[in-house]
Amino acid sequence: MAAAIEIQKLSKRYGDLLALDNIQLTIDTGEFFALLGPNGAGKTTLISILAGLTIASSGQAKIMGHDVVADYGQSRRKLGVVPQELVYDPFFTVRELLVIQSGYYGIRKNDAWIDEILYRLDLTRKADTNMRALSGGMKRRVLVAQALVHKPPVIILDEPTAGVDVELRQALWQFIKQLNRDGHTIVLTTHYLEEAEALCNRVAMLKQGKIVVLDSIRNLIKSIQGLTVQMRLSCEKLPAALQSWPTSSSEGFHYFKMENYPQIELLLAMLRQENIQVLEMQLQQPDLEEVFVKIMGAQSLETP
Amino acid sequence: MIGFYTLFYKELLRFWKVSFQTLLAPILSSMLYLLIFSHVLETRIQVYQGVAYTTFLIPGLVMMTALQNAFANSSSSLIQSKISGNLVFILLSPLSYLEIFLAYVCASVVRAIIVGLGVYGATLMLFDTPMAHPLWALLFVFTGSLLLGSLGIIAGIWSDKFDQLAAFQNFIILPLTFLSGVFYSIHSLPAIWQHLSHLNPFFYIVDGLRYGFLGVSDISPYLSLSVVVLFSGAVSWLTLWMLKAGYKIRH
Ligand SMILES: Nc1ncnc2c1ncn2[C@@H]1O[C@H](COP(=O)(O)OP(=O)(O)OP(=O)(O)O)[C@@H](O)[C@H]1O
Ligand SMILES: [Mg+2]
Repeated sequence: MAAAIEIQKLSKRYGDLLALDNIQLTIDTGEFFALLGPNGAGKTTLISILAGLTIASSGQAKIMGHDVVADYGQSRRKLGVVPQELVYDPFFTVRELLVIQSGYYGIRKNDAWIDEILYRLDLTRKADTNMRALSGGMKRRVLVAQALVHKPPVIILDEPTAGVDVELRQALWQFIKQLNRDGHTIVLTTHYLEEAEALCNRVAMLKQGKIVVLDSIRNLIKSIQGLTVQMRLSCEKLPAALQSWPTSSSEGFHYFKMENYPQIELLLAMLRQENIQVLEMQLQQPDLEEVFVKIMGAQSLETP
Repeated sequence: MIGFYTLFYKELLRFWKVSFQTLLAPILSSMLYLLIFSHVLETRIQVYQGVAYTTFLIPGLVMMTALQNAFANSSSSLIQSKISGNLVFILLSPLSYLEIFLAYVCASVVRAIIVGLGVYGATLMLFDTPMAHPLWALLFVFTGSLLLGSLGIIAGIWSDKFDQLAAFQNFIILPLTFLSGVFYSIHSLPAIWQHLSHLNPFFYIVDGLRYGFLGVSDISPYLSLSVVVLFSGAVSWLTLWMLKAGYKIRH
């Protein structure tokens, strides 16, 4: 069976800028995949090429075995994309828009499924409201709904939770997880790394158009050795005895890096010896964010 | 087929929902042209033997209104979708470039025929408008609005901003329409202008429609039809090529 997404030697050049540099990536059917990277890394460009919105400079891409250029009719039928930009058609109501969108995919009677999507995205009450009269978060839900009208086996969401409130974010992920359980392949980009960590099984990290990491979340987190203990202490400056411990500090907290749990005791013993009290303490397990920061370098991490 | 039909229907709905501006306003303004010009010129000008100036003017105005609206429909729809970004929903879909082309052009043609009929109908209330060959008339409105609908797609795709579209309209479409003999017969022009007018495709559309209404025209309707079909074909081909290449819409 063909992979959900197969990308081979794909590059995209905008003038002098190499937005995508020889991307090689295969995503299997049924995966829940995260595409991560700082602003401008090339995530949206890659998605646009898969969707046929952008034409690659070289290389090729396939959705469910269908080339996105040569066989665009089939590849687009298999793909649902939630665009990053909040776009909408002000002439129509939510339901009209979904009926029209279904028609573009050759689907005429789609009411049952449209009702289902509206319900799952909590849009039922807004079904007959004009797009103009929706809030930003609601418009984004409609974008999600539009991407799903044709029940695509592969769904790509480009920052679907930007500007969406907590409650809906939960509901949205429940829905997407359900779709994934039903066999849909999900690819998402997000700047909320804890989201990616909680949902996805594999990630690719992009940096300046190149894939710098491609692995399962589990392996990536395992790759970070040790843990960090965050403490507020009764003294501002660390005594000489502790200077050799790998630490950092910010905003009144000290961060002690260690390889394993037994070392905590060692640290506490040293602090006691120096007569320093621990005022606050927190254990930090390695997480995806730490992996990300390590790979991207703290400088290039931009807030969402 | 459902894809084409849906986009076509959406385009119809788009202008229908604002029909006050898209249908009524152009009909009203061409009636104003008609009343003013006929009042001023009725007694002074006679273009064809036995044909009053107003009668001469009506088919020209019908055609001018139809052409302008055919152009306005596809071009404004496209540029609005491009600027607001919702063109993406069409681009993401499996609609072929041929389906996209046909949907936009057909919607333009429908709007052109509605306003054309509207102007014609309105004149019937005030004047004794003749209709010598209705099929010829329809044929020319159809092919003419096909040409302008196509040109509208080109302009909509080419323009990045509303003022570029306005420039296309004001510097290309408007002069070609006004110089096509809507208000005069080109036989009344100096020789050089007569020759130049023959290079204007819009001239053939207007002259052809006039044949449909009056049964007389400057040149043979068969020749006019051939020229219009040729032009429509060439412009359609160019439009299809642009859509296929994704010029300015798929980066
Ligand atoms: N149409 C375009 N013309 C020129 N350059 C472009 C175009 N689209 C994107 N770029 C450039 O390509 C690079 C990658 O952009 P892209 O939108 O793919 O980044 P991204 O990873 O999606 O970032 P973000 O997290 O901000 O959404 C950027 O440097 C961007 O400026
Ligand atoms: Mg992006």
